[in-house]
Amino acid sequence: MRSTTFDNGLKVLIQEEHTAPLASVWCWYKVGSKDERPGLTGISHWCEHMNFKGTANIPRDQVKGIIEQYGGTWNGYTWIDQTTYLETATRDALDRMLFIESERMASCLYHPDDCESERTVIISELQGGENDPDQLLDQELTATAFKAHTYGHPTIGWLPDLQTMTRDDLYGYYRRYYVPNNATLVIVGDVETDEALRRVNHYFGGIQPGTAPSRIVTLEPEQTGERRLTIRKEGTTAYLKVGFHAPSVTDPGFFPMLILDAVLTGAKGLNLWSSFRVPPPQRSTRLYRALVERGLASSVTGALVPTAQPFLYSVSVTATEGVALGPVESELIEALDRVCRDGITDAELTKAQAQLRARLVFDSDSVTNIAHQLGYFETIASVDIFTAAPSRIAAVTLEDVAAVARRVFSSSNRTVGWFDPLPLGSGSTKSDV
Amino acid sequence: MSSDHRASDVVLRTSAAARSGLDPARTVLDNRAVLLTKATHTTPAVTINLAIRAGSIADATGLPGMTWLLSRAIDRGTVTRAAADIAEELDSRGITLTITVTRHLFSLVCTCLADDFEPVLALLGEMLVSPSLPDEEIATRKGEVITAIRQDEDSPAVRATEALMALLYPAGHPYGRRTKGSIDVVERLTRAQLLQLHADRFAPSELTAVVVGDVETARAADVAARVFDGWRKPVPAPIALPPVALVNERRRVVIPMMNKAQADIAYGFTTITRRDPAYYAFWLMNNAFGQYAIGGRLGDSIRERQGMAYYVSSSLDANVAPGPLVIRAGVSPANVDRAVASIDEEVGRLVREGLTPKELDESRRYLIGSIPRALETNAAIANFLQTAEFFGLGLDYDMRLPELLGAVTLDEVTEAARRALDPDRATVVIAGPYE
Repeated sequence: MRSTTFDNGLKVLIQEEHTAPLASVWCWYKVGSKDERPGLTGISHWCEHMNFKGTANIPRDQVKGIIEQYGGTWNGYTWIDQTTYLETATRDALDRMLFIESERMASCLYHPDDCESERTVIISELQGGENDPDQLLDQELTATAFKAHTYGHPTIGWLPDLQTMTRDDLYGYYRRYYVPNNATLVIVGDVETDEALRRVNHYFGGIQPGTAPSRIVTLEPEQTGERRLTIRKEGTTAYLKVGFHAPSVTDPGFFPMLILDAVLTGAKGLNLWSSFRVPPPQRSTRLYRALVERGLASSVTGALVPTAQPFLYSVSVTATEGVALGPVESELIEALDRVCRDGITDAELTKAQAQLRARLVFDSDSVTNIAHQLGYFETIASVDIFTAAPSRIAAVTLEDVAAVARRVFSSSNRTVGWFDPLPLGSGSTKSDV
Repeated sequence: MSSDHRASDVVLRTSAAARSGLDPARTVLDNRAVLLTKATHTTPAVTINLAIRAGSIADATGLPGMTWLLSRAIDRGTVTRAAADIAEELDSRGITLTITVTRHLFSLVCTCLADDFEPVLALLGEMLVSPSLPDEEIATRKGEVITAIRQDEDSPAVRATEALMALLYPAGHPYGRRTKGSIDVVERLTRAQLLQLHADRFAPSELTAVVVGDVETARAADVAARVFDGWRKPVPAPIALPPVALVNERRRVVIPMMNKAQADIAYGFTTITRRDPAYYAFWLMNNAFGQYAIGGRLGDSIRERQGMAYYVSSSLDANVAPGPLVIRAGVSPANVDRAVASIDEEVGRLVREGLTPKELDESRRYLIGSIPRALETNAAIANFLQTAEFFGLGLDYDMRLPELLGAVTLDEVTEAARRALDPDRATVVIAGPYE
């Protein structure tokens, strides 16, 4: 993998992979929902939508098909630390992909009619998410766990902000953050590095750098006591979610925490794009045995996502039909207390390390997945963390895991959320926090 | 030859020249089990995809959900291994075993490190051939299935789709049944019934074992033969599918779910079988209509121009029996009527006018050009080979596919639309906060 920084500040990562006649291009921006101030929540994600709607040199009616004609696929996503766009297509589409991303960086239009049309699309996306009680609980739990940090609001935004944001808000935000010195371009695939760099320079070299975007720097104060919320709403199924403030990816506790999560709920790997779509190997894990095998829950999952700043480690449980949330929570907390008291065993550490090694291999099975990982880590911290991941995982000790368990799983660092369903047709009440 | 043909010929030649084809090795064992193997060396990993022709159509009469419950329990113990031992064996290798049930196939799929291939295939083979189905495991899995059915009951998207399928395939047709079954049936299913289902339907003649990855073809075939060669059972009797009833009127069903924020629309028709010669015309028609870029014509109208939905698309599931074409959209309750009217309008326009040459050319170029991407990973190749084997498409199907798509004409696409689509014969289901 070669890393280059252009004069305008654009960072470029290129990795040759000649296993298929394909190339994947990702353009990453260091802007996500953590960069949003009150009143403009959801603006990063809305900008992402607007950046698929034509540019100065790609007429609106020619967006459709611009990459499909090469058999390619394109997409994008926004989360708390980042916004990213990708195309994966046959290698002969490399110029086309670079052209699209250069246009997206410098020349999007934000036509007022398109902004209005997209407002209802995004509100539809928000409402679709609210149809899922588990997703609703996740949103409310995160908002309860964070009092100050902007990680607390949902990436899609709060509905009143989505109803009032203006085209000028959107365009101003776009111009502030979509500059080469706030971006990383990643190319992985059947390309030749020197030639690819020349093509990148052709498309991006002339884009002027911008003023370094200002950042919101609120730190989350230490949590001083357990927080709880209960959503009582019509539904059929009860859900429990427990969140703890957790180490960021640059914290020495991150990889021990990754091992701990593997012991509790199975190794998920590190790829937000792919591995979270595949269930982890978890049948011998502590929480699966404590909750699912005993019939208290139909599923349990843990989530530790690499983030730039301390986010949450969360455990999500779907209670088995007819089982109350109280006993489920008690069992879960007892299992976490036990790991705080006793740590994990040598056999568990060995197994978790083997699982994570395998997941790193499985997550590198396509040019798209490899490119995602390079850009993701460079955007939240440094690509070096990703390349060092195998050795960092191998170096974790029993003591490291015990220390991070005691640090993270204290009751004062805990936020507990219940979705307690009301019978269908009974009407819903507001959340209790 | 029309201009759209010439354009796609360029893509066709490029695609064929760029690839040498999958060229998998196919072996049929003495017991009639089929082995398909393909060596790749992208990563030091192997995907194993074992499919038995015993999907949900194999559910006993009056017991829908039986095959699904078997799929939840089949990996929880064998004649020689306890559930905990299996869990440890899979987890210690970082393996997630996925077991799926479609209408026709019961599949065990996983990816493992190449070094683990042999013991993992042996373990999966044992699960398939000799499950023990302990009572206590069945009881726990029943709780999970019942919870999942309850979750489905609270999902507008699932409710709309399931109701649509029940209307398109009425009177107990297997395609119209819920794969998971119903709570009352799941509660009363017994171990003896599941063992009988396994005894009746799981046989080597019904197995296709696909191995793709960093293992040489000869070794993969040798290991697979050792695992399955000793399995001896008679060929199960074929399962007859009832005919699919023609729909001659428009039907509209509303499932009020007033606790939800968004309504889901499922709008559909029955279409054709996968072996129908018109399949490729239907595939191109569906791509241009509801998939290309962001949802094809439907996406252009409902999402891009009118801003009514985050998602709208159509899917074609041609199968052993004539499968459905389903249009799905998630919209605000205030926009339901307008969205359905827009779907009607697009369906009507497609039937009246067909596609434009440009649209056909674009979809054709996309589908042909996407073949290398669709066959990039071991898991994707294994899935492709399973499909080709199930429908008898041939070992060179990946190489013939560009030609098959390239031969479709505009007239054939228009004929496909006229054959299956008609707003006056549409079945429409709306689930959500709408009355």
